[in-house]
Parts: sequence; structure tokens; C-alpha cells
Amino acid sequence: MSQLSEKLAAGEFVVTAEIAPPKGVSLEQELSLAQTLAPLVTAINVTDNQGANLRMAPLAAAALLRQRGIEPILQMTCRDRNRMALQSDLLAAAALGIENLLLLSGDHPRFGDHPQARPVFDLDSVQLLQAARTLMAGEDLSGRPLQSSPVFFAGAAVAPEAEPFELMMQKVHKKAASGARFFQTQAGFREAPLLRFMEEAKPLGVPVILGVLLLKNARMARYLNDHIPGVRVPEEIIARLESAADPLALGIELARDLVALARRHCQGVHLMTLGCEDRIPRILC
Amino acid sequence: MIISRQKDKRELLHHLDGKHKLFLVGCGACATACKAGGEDELFQMQEWLALHQREVTGSLVIEEACHIMRAARDLRQHRVAVEEADALLVLTCGAGVQSISSNTEKRVIGALDSLFLGNVRRLGQYEEKCSLCGDCILNETAGICPVTTCAKGLLNGPCGGMEEGRCEADRERDCAWLLIYQRLTRQGRRGVFARVVPNKDWSRRHQPGKHRV
Repeated sequence: MSQLSEKLAAGEFVVTAEIAPPKGVSLEQELSLAQTLAPLVTAINVTDNQGANLRMAPLAAAALLRQRGIEPILQMTCRDRNRMALQSDLLAAAALGIENLLLLSGDHPRFGDHPQARPVFDLDSVQLLQAARTLMAGEDLSGRPLQSSPVFFAGAAVAPEAEPFELMMQKVHKKAASGARFFQTQAGFREAPLLRFMEEAKPLGVPVILGVLLLKNARMARYLNDHIPGVRVPEEIIARLESAADPLALGIELARDLVALARRHCQGVHLMTLGCEDRIPRILC
Repeated sequence: MIISRQKDKRELLHHLDGKHKLFLVGCGACATACKAGGEDELFQMQEWLALHQREVTGSLVIEEACHIMRAARDLRQHRVAVEEADALLVLTCGAGVQSISSNTEKRVIGALDSLFLGNVRRLGQYEEKCSLCGDCILNETAGICPVTTCAKGLLNGPCGGMEEGRCEADRERDCAWLLIYQRLTRQGRRGVFARVVPNKDWSRRHQPGKHRV
């Protein structure tokens, strides 16, 4: 059983963070970052060609984390692989002792460093959740038996601030029905939409881990708004960052407020600190 | 109809290297409507070829170039001009090019790029609505195809990139799932939202496709 699943089942507040595999072959830097994060978090997400930019496969990075006693959450997107490749990677993950999954559609290749690539999307995120569940039940997607079956703790992403809200919720319901055991949210900055989401999500009984992104300055906030799908930093916050004497200090304060908000309403936080991992203790205190 | 547009003239010139005499073929159906390979475009092509010291031995607009037998018959009627040419320059969609190439041993040079199966908003304005996947779920999506009009072809609702109902891949466009949701709601039904849509059966898109009635 993964620590993540045990803690969530026990109602303990969990903290997750993330690392991105390198665009290269050496994982030294990422693994040392993970070592720094490990004592502060329950599990560490390993991103999958995030933003549709080519990097080392997260399967390798997640397996190496596991070897060092750090619990990974393997992210897997539908963008780059068809249903055979996805199932095959899922089986490989299980063989490497990886239990936690975050199953996603994936950003469109248009954004990344290979915009000419053929997008796959043979499955969508809901169907990928079902694929993991099917494998756990000892079958592949064609109904053929596996010689041995994997154990996964599969989660899904949600975007609580997406509009229209009712439409976004339709998919959240499908994800829950398809076997999502936890939700990690897109980075959010506002209380009202989160509370609205938590109210609607409560009957699903799926724990929610709030995405908290450390804003370092106004320029970064604008970049997020322009380039990262689904992230919306409110203008009011950008203005405050702009006039702040120490924007990073303000960012840390904002992140701390969000963690406090999550402690009241959610079951955990997912911290995205982008190079400022040394500030995590300040954000969590 | 099949939406096509003319290739870049520099690319075309590269394909015409060493070919001095050309027989031109257009299509009276889609390529004409797209202003890419009708009578007018054949005429303009002839003028452009003249500027580049190419001779046109003859030209022909086939009623529907995708019709393999009709293309054969029409080409036979221009046998002499075709024989005289170094190559055939074909201003039709890819299907038309292959009707021609299956009916002559001459070098066939395609002058257009085929873009998609298009619906006509008005002449000159075309929209892709169907991608011929062979496994239609329009009855559950209020007549709006997510396979084609969602940038990721998702089957179970919008992705996390939807913002204010706009598409992640193009903020100028409405999210296809928003349109599906709104129309289903107006019709008072849940449609595709009532169930988890299973994995798409791509085997129903027969490739190579053949259909006999």
C-alpha cells in the first residue's frame, strides 16, 4: 500500500510536490531535489513531457525515486501513446513498484517543443483511469487475461476554477466513476471557486489535494496566465506582486494562506515551488 | 466536399524541374469550389507556367476527378495532348491525383494540398466537422462531433485546458465540449454525459477503406 493512499484513507493531511525529469540523461539534479523534498512531503509527482516539451520518460525517474525510498506519483498523459503503449507502461510501472498514478489527457503538442508531432489521444483521461482499473482486475483492454495483475492508486486532475463550472463537473463525475481515488487540482488562487468545487465534489468521496503554486513575481504570474492552460492568476494578485517591495516574500505569504485554506477544506496540498524548494517549510508552517 | 489549396509556387517549381511540356487537369467539383483547381485556376496556372518557360499541351477539367472511370474516359479523349506532355500537372485533391495516376504511366505532379472534408459556411469559407472515423457518436453529442472539433478528439468531456469555455489549443475558438453541453442542455437531455464513453473503436475506420453498396 502506498503511503499516499494510507494517509488519505486515515484522513491525514498530505503534502505532495513535483519534479520534472531532465531534458537529458543525467538525473543527478532532480534526484538531489527529491531528496531535499522527501522529508517534507508524502509523495512526489513526476511529470510526463510537461507542457508538451520533450524530456526523459517519467517512468525511469519514478523508478529511481522508488529505489531511494522516496514515494513517487507517476504522471501519465494520453498525448504521446496509444492504448497499447499506455497499458504496457502501466504494467512496467507496477513491476518497478510504482503504485501512485496521476492520469491526464496532456497538453496539446501545439504548445511544446515538438509542435509538428502527431498528437495521439487514443484514450482520454477518463478512459485511461478505466484502463488502470481494468489491468488491476487482471485483464487488458481487449478483455484478455494478464498473467499477474498490478496494484495502483490512481488519481486524476481537476480544474476547480474552470468555467463553465457545470460542464467541468460533468467530467469530474466521470473521473470519480472511472476509478479516480484522489484528485490533484490545477493551481488555484481564489477561495470562492475552491469552496464551490469542494461543495460539489464532497458527495463523490474522493480526497482533493489543492494545487498551490508559489508566485515569485508579477512577470511569472503573467507568464502563467499567457502560457499555462487552466491557470488564472487574478489581476489583483498580479498588482500586489508588482508593487511589493519583496515579491517572493509576498508569494510565500499567498502560498501559506492557500495551504491554510486547504487545511480547512481539502485533504492535502500539492506544492509547485519551481526552484524555491527551500521555502517549502515556510509555506507549510 | 474535400477542401484543398494550391501548393506554394516555389515548391511547385521544384517539382516541375526538368519538365517542359505539361498537360493540366482540374476538377469541376470540390477543387473548383475551393478556387484551387477549376477553369479559372487552370487558366492562371497556364499563364504562370508560361512565365517560367513551360509549354501547356492541353488541359481538361474533369467533372469529378475522384471518379476513377470518368477520369480514364476523359483522359482518353485528350490522348494526343497527354502523350505530348512530359508530365501531367493535376489541380485536384489527392483522390483526384490518384484517379489520374491510376490511368496513366506518365509522371503526375499534384499542385494542391488536400486539407480536410469540409462543410461550407459560404463559398470560400469552409469548416471541418467530420473526420470520417467510422464510429459516429453524433447521436449522443447533440450533432456536434468531438472527434473532429475538439483539438484532442476527447470523448468524455473537456480537458483541463478549457478556460471560460475556450479551447486550450486555440483561445479564439469555443471549446467543442461547451457547445455540446449547451445544446444538450437546451434539448433537456444528458446525452454523452450520461455515461462514460468507452474507448474508440478505430478498427471501424477501415484502412485502406473500401465500401461496396
